[in-house]
Amino acid sequence: MNLEAVKLAAADNTWASIFPELTLGCLALVLLVLEMVLPKKHHGVIADVASAGIFGTLIGLFVRWDAWLGEETFSGLLHHTTAGQVMRVFFLVSALLVCLLARVALAKQLMPRVEFYHIVLVVTAAMMLLAQSNHFVMLFVALETLTIGLYILVGYFRTSTASLEAGLKYLIMGALSSGLLLFGIVLLYGVAGNPGLPGHTSQSMHYAELARFLAANPDNFIASLGIVLVLAGVAFKIGAFPFQIWVPDVYQGAPTPVTAFLAVASKGAGFAVLLGLCSAHGAFAAYQWLVTPVLTAMAAATILFGNIAALTQHNVKRLIGLSGVSHAGFLLIGVIAARNTPLALGAIYFYLFAYLIASFAVFGVMTHLAGADDADQELDHYAGLAKESPFLATVLAVGLGSLAGIPPLAGFMGKLFVFIAAFQSGARALLAIAALGVVVSIYYYFGWIKAAFFETWTPPAEAGSAPTRPARTKVGLVAGLTLGALALASVVLGFYQGPLGQWLTMR
Amino acid sequence: MSNLPFDPLLMAIATPLGLALLIALGLPKRWTVRLSYVAFTVPLLMALHTWWHFSSAPATSGYAFLRTYSTGLDGLGIALKLGLNGISLPLFVMAGIVGLAAGLYAIQSQAERLKIYLMLLLIMHGGLMGVFASVDVFFFYFFHELALIPTFIMVGVWGGRDRSYAAMKMTIYLTLGAMISLVGLIALYVKSGANSFDLIALRAHLAANPLADTVQNNIFGLLMFGFGILVSLWPLHTWAPLGYGAAPSSNAMLHAGVLKKFGLYGLIQVALPLLPSGAAHWAQPLAWLAVTGNVIVVGLVTMAQRDLKQMIGYSSVMHMGYAFLGIAAGSAIGIGGVVLMMVAHGLSVALLFLLATSVHHRTHTFALDQMGGLAQKTPVLAALFVAATFASIGLPGFANFWGELTIFVALWKFSPLICALAIAGVVISAIYGLRAAAWVFFGAPTARMTEIAAKHPPMDLRWTEKAPALLLLAALLFLGFWPKSLSDPLNATLAELKFQSRSLVTKIATGQPALSR
Repeated sequence: MNLEAVKLAAADNTWASIFPELTLGCLALVLLVLEMVLPKKHHGVIADVASAGIFGTLIGLFVRWDAWLGEETFSGLLHHTTAGQVMRVFFLVSALLVCLLARVALAKQLMPRVEFYHIVLVVTAAMMLLAQSNHFVMLFVALETLTIGLYILVGYFRTSTASLEAGLKYLIMGALSSGLLLFGIVLLYGVAGNPGLPGHTSQSMHYAELARFLAANPDNFIASLGIVLVLAGVAFKIGAFPFQIWVPDVYQGAPTPVTAFLAVASKGAGFAVLLGLCSAHGAFAAYQWLVTPVLTAMAAATILFGNIAALTQHNVKRLIGLSGVSHAGFLLIGVIAARNTPLALGAIYFYLFAYLIASFAVFGVMTHLAGADDADQELDHYAGLAKESPFLATVLAVGLGSLAGIPPLAGFMGKLFVFIAAFQSGARALLAIAALGVVVSIYYYFGWIKAAFFETWTPPAEAGSAPTRPARTKVGLVAGLTLGALALASVVLGFYQGPLGQWLTMR
Repeated sequence: MSNLPFDPLLMAIATPLGLALLIALGLPKRWTVRLSYVAFTVPLLMALHTWWHFSSAPATSGYAFLRTYSTGLDGLGIALKLGLNGISLPLFVMAGIVGLAAGLYAIQSQAERLKIYLMLLLIMHGGLMGVFASVDVFFFYFFHELALIPTFIMVGVWGGRDRSYAAMKMTIYLTLGAMISLVGLIALYVKSGANSFDLIALRAHLAANPLADTVQNNIFGLLMFGFGILVSLWPLHTWAPLGYGAAPSSNAMLHAGVLKKFGLYGLIQVALPLLPSGAAHWAQPLAWLAVTGNVIVVGLVTMAQRDLKQMIGYSSVMHMGYAFLGIAAGSAIGIGGVVLMMVAHGLSVALLFLLATSVHHRTHTFALDQMGGLAQKTPVLAALFVAATFASIGLPGFANFWGELTIFVALWKFSPLICALAIAGVVISAIYGLRAAAWVFFGAPTARMTEIAAKHPPMDLRWTEKAPALLLLAALLFLGFWPKSLSDPLNATLAELKFQSRSLVTKIATGQPALSR
């Protein structure tokens, strides 16, 4: 892409195709300006501006839903598809909810506030571009923007050693994964540009060109190596086995809203990339013989590892991190099925949204129960929650039930769609492992619900000793309404999918 | 045809669920109790209405009262399709009766946090009505799970001894069963190629294009073990006595009485007609598992129980063995017997759980060897308990008799040896049933009993306790004397579904052991 192309893009309003990302970027700058301009006592309004801006962007996205559908912009860097639009909504909703959680969580810390929202906005814009990228350069730039933003967010509570440790771990692991990804991209670029091979191309970073080249060379060793390395790089992001090792520590150390961001949005971004590469029309379509076994092994190991490792956890952040690993495994089954089953795409998107709704309900409750030490959130702290705050306990139960895949909640429908798609595509063994995983997962999700509902909290016996658990935060109006809406959405989407279901199951 | 201005089946499902929603939104306690009477009664009225009008209602593909509501998944062949055929009608009516009895008993129980208790029970009841009214296999499964969730919570919160352990164990076992059967149902859906979960469409499609034998065998195996866990097929039954022992009475009534029938109903309504050769393949292992495991082994274990509630729990596991035997026999008469037995067992086991709790209120213990002589103080309770025991054993005059009798008739054709073993089981159940009644109500009161009686003089049943018990007993007697009222529609459906009888009898002429169909 040269200067001419940029001029061209400016001349024909191509920039308008990425107006949501541009809005978020500008909004991020506005927040910084507001911090300088506004007197200190009015700084509370900045968070409102951030949330309102995201909400406005979401509305704008719906208004201009199909303005650019099906087109490639910026010389093929971006490809605007329905899937891309859906993922944009996914990231915007995540960002909105993260901002809400941040308001609750940051109130307990003596930390600068504005930068947090600023980085969340930038990261969200990067994710949205990532989901629409059609070119490895775009992919890498967007991925790095998002990852660097997340390094900062993970270590945001800089007075907490746990947060700093998590930030460092995430940095090292993230850098390694970026290195692998980049190496894979370079190998693909190199081999696809080799004039000695049939179908070689100078535009080999472009997905469609690369797909054409790979189809002409269906068993090239260097290309295979490149593909495996790219998959490994993405596997880091979604926390799939064997690249899940950072998950528990980072999830525990990161501030709870950031944990939610990592668990939901960052994972969603990883899957958007995977679908772009591995589905029936993806860049790696000609290498199904390689991609399918790799992903199958990964999915099986991810489900088993995530569920079994979660069994022994007492810290809820580690617990939900490892349960998130197993959810990545279920989603990977969907990706595998997407090679030959049209239903799989709808299944993955439904699963992702159900996961978003349920996860944020749970994270919302966690934020309200956390104390000043954000990393210290134990299962024992939930004892007696049902008596003290029936509302939070109900939201928690609905969220966890949906994550566990219990009907009539949305999570069950997500699992059902993925299972049907898996069976249709012939992944029977994976289906068996997934069913087993669901049974195992019941143990720890139910243990959590049990702690909240069946156990009673006994304060320390000696009089005068400090209470060993943080005080519960009172639920504010906005937070209460949002959590209630999330719980309700989990229930309603389990019963009635309506037009959404019709859209998802379209053949 | 139904002359109601609304769909009676949807009404039966929506009323309890609607009230549960109202309670969740903060209905005051006084209104909760008042409206609960209505919400527990409406499903029964709807069930009686459908029963009365069943033969005159126009039927489509064997189903009366058929209605379809779209939930947005028509692309996958999923829609809320409600209807009743001859197999589901008896169970729908039974669910209505047991639901009302359990509801009435719950309202008078003075449980802690009664509002939440009633809400969960209402969700369960709504789900149960949905299970038997669904023609769509997906919703059939969905409603079962909906009814199952409250069980875990009720056992965990309101349960008795070991409630935490019991709740956890039940959850894991039942989820395992549900997952295996879900995989089986998905396999059926995908393999059939009908692209629909609608049972009518599946039947039509599979009648025209039957599945290959291996496929049928695999899917039937999945469904048999998946549903089997839910129905407590030996050796995967251990959750049942433990769970029922810990469950609060109304929950145990609904779960053991109605919800557990889901698995059997699924086998009869879905697996047997759609997978005939799979059923034939598994008939022999299933029959032996059921007769040695559920009937003989669990029967003997039941005899050794000294805890009243555990004993009832084990006896219910044992009686499920007869149901499996009828399914293994596979003939129309055997299946008809299973359906009648499911109805009868649902009523009688609910009655037994209800009375066991009433006994506990008077003796403050479930330990059989610490009771005695209660009949002098509480003659009505004693009479009801003895009647329930007779029903459970299967004496003539009660509905259970017809179910067991027809199963034995079918079983004799299948294999005289298994039939003989199964009949031996009846003797076992007579021993433990009558012995328990004797321990509780007759003989001299034990020292502990006299001590308790001095502190809390036992009162006979109050009307609020008597009403649900009499309702169940009346239903048992009505069906015992007039089974035709349910068996006529049942026979029509069974004839239509063409169940084939099987036989394990060795063909001497050819010298091959054969499983003829």
